[in-house]
Amino acid sequence: MRIVLHVWRQAGPQAPGRMVRYELGNVNPHMSFLEMLDVLNEDLMNKGEDPVAFDHDCREGICGMCGFMVNGMAHGPLPGTTVCQLHMRHFKDGDELYLEPWRARAFPVIKDLAVDRSAFDRIIAAGGYISVPTGSAPDGNAIPVSKESAERAMDAAACIGCGACVAACPNASASLFVGAKISHLGLLPQGQPERDARALKMVAAMNEELFGSCTNVGACEAVCPKYIKLDVIARMNRDYLKAALTGSGEAVSNESA
Amino acid sequence: MKLDARIPSGPIEQAWSKCKFDMRLVNPANKRKFRIIVVGTGLAGGSAAASLAELGYQVDSFCFQDSPRRAHSIAAQGGINAAKNYQNDGDSIYRLFYDTVKGGDFRAREANVYRLAEISLNIIDQCVAQGVPFAREYGGTLANRSFGGAQVSRTFYARGQTGQQLLLGAYQALLRQAAAGGVRLHARTEMLDLVVIGGRARGIVTRDLVTGNIKTHVADAVILASGGYGNAFNLATYAKGSNCTAIWRAHKRGAGFANPCFTQIHPTCIPVTGEYQSKLTLMSESLRNDGRIWVPKQAGDKRAPSQIPEDERDYYLERRYPTFGNLVPRDVASRAAKQVCDEGRGVGETGLGVYLDLADAIQRLGKRTITERYGNLFEMYERITGEDPYKVPMRIYPAIHYTMGGLWVDYRLMSTIPGLFVIGEANFSDHGANRLGASALMQGLADGYFIVPYTVGDYLASNKLEKIDSAHPACKEAEENVKRVTHRLLSVKGKRTVDSFHRELGQVLWENCGMSRNAQGLRHALAKIPEIRERYWREVNVLGTGEEFNQCLERAGRVADYLELAELICRDALARDESCGCHFREEHQTPEGEALRNDQDFCHTAVWEWTGAGHTPRRHLEPLEFNHVLPAQRSYQ
Repeated sequence: MRIVLHVWRQAGPQAPGRMVRYELGNVNPHMSFLEMLDVLNEDLMNKGEDPVAFDHDCREGICGMCGFMVNGMAHGPLPGTTVCQLHMRHFKDGDELYLEPWRARAFPVIKDLAVDRSAFDRIIAAGGYISVPTGSAPDGNAIPVSKESAERAMDAAACIGCGACVAACPNASASLFVGAKISHLGLLPQGQPERDARALKMVAAMNEELFGSCTNVGACEAVCPKYIKLDVIARMNRDYLKAALTGSGEAVSNESA
Repeated sequence: MKLDARIPSGPIEQAWSKCKFDMRLVNPANKRKFRIIVVGTGLAGGSAAASLAELGYQVDSFCFQDSPRRAHSIAAQGGINAAKNYQNDGDSIYRLFYDTVKGGDFRAREANVYRLAEISLNIIDQCVAQGVPFAREYGGTLANRSFGGAQVSRTFYARGQTGQQLLLGAYQALLRQAAAGGVRLHARTEMLDLVVIGGRARGIVTRDLVTGNIKTHVADAVILASGGYGNAFNLATYAKGSNCTAIWRAHKRGAGFANPCFTQIHPTCIPVTGEYQSKLTLMSESLRNDGRIWVPKQAGDKRAPSQIPEDERDYYLERRYPTFGNLVPRDVASRAAKQVCDEGRGVGETGLGVYLDLADAIQRLGKRTITERYGNLFEMYERITGEDPYKVPMRIYPAIHYTMGGLWVDYRLMSTIPGLFVIGEANFSDHGANRLGASALMQGLADGYFIVPYTVGDYLASNKLEKIDSAHPACKEAEENVKRVTHRLLSVKGKRTVDSFHRELGQVLWENCGMSRNAQGLRHALAKIPEIRERYWREVNVLGTGEEFNQCLERAGRVADYLELAELICRDALARDESCGCHFREEHQTPEGEALRNDQDFCHTAVWEWTGAGHTPRRHLEPLEFNHVLPAQRSYQ
């Protein structure tokens, strides 16, 4: 297969960027997208040119480190797929593909297609956990969890923190990411004691990181490689509203802020 | 090099309790005066850093990825073992201990394994409390499934994403501590050297992967939780970034390296398709619960699987091992797959593959149940191969997956360098010559949550450490060393890419020190590897500078380390003139083709001491004693 790539090249956070055209003559349809970039980079390095920087690690769609826009779509055209799991058989001979980094104020570009997503860590640090110090847990079966709750919690917990939802959103909102964690923990009995405070703290942290607001566009759900549903945002809004209106959780939230 | 395993005396059932009681404690008010470095944020590193900070220590946590949540523990699929006996099927701490020692083919330390089995109970409790969404029965209790090498159902799981969920539990605990001020996070920061002062580990030198800044961090103790070294083989199920650099550079500073040749091959991975292949993907062993493995009876049978009638199929694991069937341990299943492929009965374009067929299970249990159990694995398979496993049997082949070898540690998980602790896959301790499925997650979390927080405290309370800062000459020396290596890599300016060398090395290792090994092949590899290494330092081309985000330079440093470690792997494999677990020396096999141990001469851990570049490393022995599970020929028939 012959593939033409237009890749965003940007030497550093402050440097100006531009699209650069590359042509690959011999792409095997069984290659993954990142393997195609490996081949491109090997060619570039053999010519003494700077290879394209892109983040990746597990290459099996679970670590969440990879991700960029392919023709304006986060992780490319295949639903429920990270770009490392996207294979070239889904493209046609002669296709032209435009690769750009996640675009969001909260995700500054580091180099080429690699961006800084540490804002996500700071949101989790604000409240995306259950406070249970090591050693203080009761027996595993002492807390029964209905199969349905466990399954629904797992659906939300499947989020890999890749940032595709933010990149796809016209407002660069992180609501799907935050809603997923609030839902995961809020659906389980273990997560109830901190549920209100968690919603207040995580939403506040999200706003501080300069992510935009959710206007129910739904682009995030469409690109999510783990099929996280928009419902999680509704749940986040409900939890947040309830906590804000009743004042429940505020004491804890202020104390740790 | 002195190897004192410090195994507590007395009955094995009380060893850990006794050890905990004998350990000295750090006063709660004094804990904040100690700084501890943890390298790696996987299950072991993440849980250790979080637990130590909860106790009140000042922790610095490092990872090379962009976030602690990316560590490759996240990719573990199948589950985590615990001797809860929730299924009432006769499980117990002793049985998990027994299975693990036997599964490791009698090359692990009994006391360590017993402790692991004991702690397995606490791990499940801890993870449930953190909100890990384990699979549940309708009544709300925890569900279990079976894994290779065991006849009880003791594996806890969260769909096919158990590692991810356990890791997120540890990551969230870690970030809670970061917000509380007990942990300083250093993401995109790679450890490149260990600082040893007065014979003790006192810090590390790191490179900031974004700016290239090289810096020393000093501490009172250093914990390495940097994972395994299987990427030395180039093609493996590891993440692309997983590397041996932290443990290898600690080895070069004096930490003994134990059993480097114990590298696990996982039987169920998606086969290689071409030269460009960048990694191999595992399909969880849990599929062997319901899947049947087969090849055609006739060599060279190129018919589509659906065209091959039942009586012309060879379900070779069920045939050879009627008791364990498709659930034999990983080393046995891998070798059996290699054998049938060597006989010309392999399937797929390359002939290097066997079928893993869930058709019977789909018929018996219904598509819905199968989707619930393995849906995400099926999806992943289809995405990679373009084939639908609900219709066509999956094709699988063994691949490098885990390393049982690693830095030597005593019972308290301290290496031969005082103050340097090594946990998780980075150490060698619990799995002997073969790890059972769902035991890696167990060990990582046991080490991190429940062992090292105690033993580090004992070390700090028992030793008076001098105050140092990064201006210390030893810190400067280590920093200079890192700068020198970086500079050297950048100044070769040869004609070949780093990856091309990595592929070349990987091939030599896989062919000569992979699923089966022999003296002749190992000698060949031992001649070949130094030659590749020598060419590397003459011909490699590392572009860019050291003062920027430079992924090429990152890889170059890691491959330089693999080129040294690979030699040690082969040297160890040659010296261990027996077969055991994953280490199958063709010269030593039973008439049935199983691994034949030699307990007379090799019932020990081999620990290698670095003696300087260009010098032959020294081999030391830690004898192993078996007082509970008596060494026998493993049988899964």
